[in-house]
Amino acid sequence: MASKKDQFISACATLAKGEAGNTGEWRAKRPIIDLSKCTPCKKQKDTCYLCWLYCPDGTVKRGIPIEIDLQYCKGCGVCAQVCPTKAIRMEVEEQFVLSECVIQEEVE
Amino acid sequence: MSKVQIINGNETAAMGAKLCRVQVIAAYPITPQSKIPETLVKYVESGELAAEFIRVESEHSALTVCISASTVGARVFTATAANGLAYMHEQLHWAAGARLPIVMALANRGLGAPWTIFNDMQDSISQRDTGWMQVYCRDNQEIMDSIIMAYKICEQLHVPMMVCFDGFVLSHTVMPVEIPDQKQVDAFLPSYVPHLQVDGPEPININPVMLADPRANAQGVSCPSYMGFRMRLQETLESAGDVILNVGREFGEVFGRSYECLLWKYRTEGADTILLTMGSLANEASLAVDALREKGWKAGVVALRVFRPFPAATLRQALSKAKHVVIFDKNISYGNEGATCTETKAALFEGGLRPTITNYIVGLGGKNVAAADLEAATIKSVEQKGQVSTPQWIGVAV
Amino acid sequence: MVGDLTEEKVINVTWHGRGGQGAVTAAMILAEAAYLDGYQGVTAAPFFGVERRGAPITATTRFSRKPIRTLSPTAQADVVVVLDERLLQTVDVLGGLKPDGLLILNSSSGPEKFCTDMDIAVATSDANSIAKEVGLVVAGTVLINTSLLGAFSKASCLVQMESLEKAIGENFSKQAAKVNIQGARLTYEATRINRDWQLS
Repeated sequence: MASKKDQFISACATLAKGEAGNTGEWRAKRPIIDLSKCTPCKKQKDTCYLCWLYCPDGTVKRGIPIEIDLQYCKGCGVCAQVCPTKAIRMEVEEQFVLSECVIQEEVE
Repeated sequence: MSKVQIINGNETAAMGAKLCRVQVIAAYPITPQSKIPETLVKYVESGELAAEFIRVESEHSALTVCISASTVGARVFTATAANGLAYMHEQLHWAAGARLPIVMALANRGLGAPWTIFNDMQDSISQRDTGWMQVYCRDNQEIMDSIIMAYKICEQLHVPMMVCFDGFVLSHTVMPVEIPDQKQVDAFLPSYVPHLQVDGPEPININPVMLADPRANAQGVSCPSYMGFRMRLQETLESAGDVILNVGREFGEVFGRSYECLLWKYRTEGADTILLTMGSLANEASLAVDALREKGWKAGVVALRVFRPFPAATLRQALSKAKHVVIFDKNISYGNEGATCTETKAALFEGGLRPTITNYIVGLGGKNVAAADLEAATIKSVEQKGQVSTPQWIGVAV
Repeated sequence: MVGDLTEEKVINVTWHGRGGQGAVTAAMILAEAAYLDGYQGVTAAPFFGVERRGAPITATTRFSRKPIRTLSPTAQADVVVVLDERLLQTVDVLGGLKPDGLLILNSSSGPEKFCTDMDIAVATSDANSIAKEVGLVVAGTVLINTSLLGAFSKASCLVQMESLEKAIGENFSKQAAKVNIQGARLTYEATRINRDWQLS
């Protein structure tokens, strides 16, 4: 019998990194951040973070600078779309080494 | 203090919702239910009821509003009938699948085409597979009591319920109704605690796409598949009968009217002929049984108070001594027969019971069914030893 | 109070009026009054359907010492109340009355005018004039429904005036109740019946 003790009375997903599995494997394009344009970096304060808010897989970590967890980033490009300063661009995945998991900084 | 008022079924339903201190109401008016939202709006506007009445443009939206409000923890209420209920169909499945304890008053009405505004049960019977519980009321007092019990049952099981009553026949007929005392209702009905907190410290995404197999979530916990959730709904409904009985008994202890029953029975002691029906027609059937008993028949009435979950075992027990079961349906599954007939046959199969069964389709689109009609139909079917081809139609003179 | 308290007999009353005359309201107030009078089972309902102002409409009241189990329309009533005597020409009013039933009419004529060769009792009261006199006029319409309840009590002896007045009081604001009760009282006094009538 289902009771309140059953944690699965109805379906839900948490807004957590990796909730939908190892989605980094799906990535065809990788987000590259230009920290010279990224608002928190430029202003050196916790602000903006729209990429964090919109990331459907919770892969963006707030901070200065922001970090994207490439193990789960599926390359959807939502972060690049919502970035108000166009600091994020999407580049073809093949040119990168797949073993690299966390990209912290890449200045052009 | 409780007091008696002479009121119709619609006013009773609205008053019942008010006593349950519903917090969000979304309903779209449709005959014969219109007086329910009208009355509730008055309560809200006058400040008698601290609730949001949300005006919507359709029944589909009405139930959608209820789903949203219930999800975030409000006690919600809606009411509809006929085509309005049909228009809610998609969201009926959603409400049950999301396990929301929404209570709906349903003034049973026939469906178009052709148009009818009058009573039958085709509307709610057509929604029997949506996962909602369904109870059918015999009179206005049962409407009041069923709504109060509904919240307690639904909030315990996390399953929605339709409280069905015959349109016009009950919705527009005034009769004495004991109005429970607010303090007693408050004590009987604890406040609603949703089973999920959507926007808590760890926000959640509700009812996402589920796959055919279980999946591990971010914490590595294995979560049910689509079927897993659907099986849970079924298991809950299978166990709902006990909850309904318990709440019915508790209700009796507080208010003096016990509903520790899934069926309503009348003069079934020693009966070998049972008239089986639902809703207000049970009253008329009881008069038919009195007349049959006068004539020396051993007849009784069994009325299904709860239709979903279907009380198969209880019904089997109630029919175990019957030689003849005459089933009156105010609905039909076209191409087959009335729904209660099919379900009753299935229930009897398990116990190996083989009474004669005759199914009569009655009262569609408000066609009156008098006690004399039920009596004559019973005599006819028993005299023909159940060899009457079914279903038979009563009251159709082309 | 009339009748054995344990008796299960159901008393059927049919109301004939025109949409807007308040026949349904009268039917419901009568049910409340009957309940106050000690009848355990009472019901009242409009004829189920679409109501239109001016069109003939019917409503029913039932009361009994026991709870009422039938919700079917009344075939033959014990008492028929007609709010507009012109309806006798267009509606088969007598067809819905028991052969020894009671017919109550809102009319300035005496009961003799309506006596038929049937065995029915006839009562009349000029509720129209009385309602006008006490001020039961809204937007040019004379409201006679509650006044006729007085005629019902007088002619049928089935429900006491005291209960009717209480039921009227519960359905209207204080001032409106006062006028409606006055109308019912005066109509009660003015009711004439061709013979004493008793429920069969």
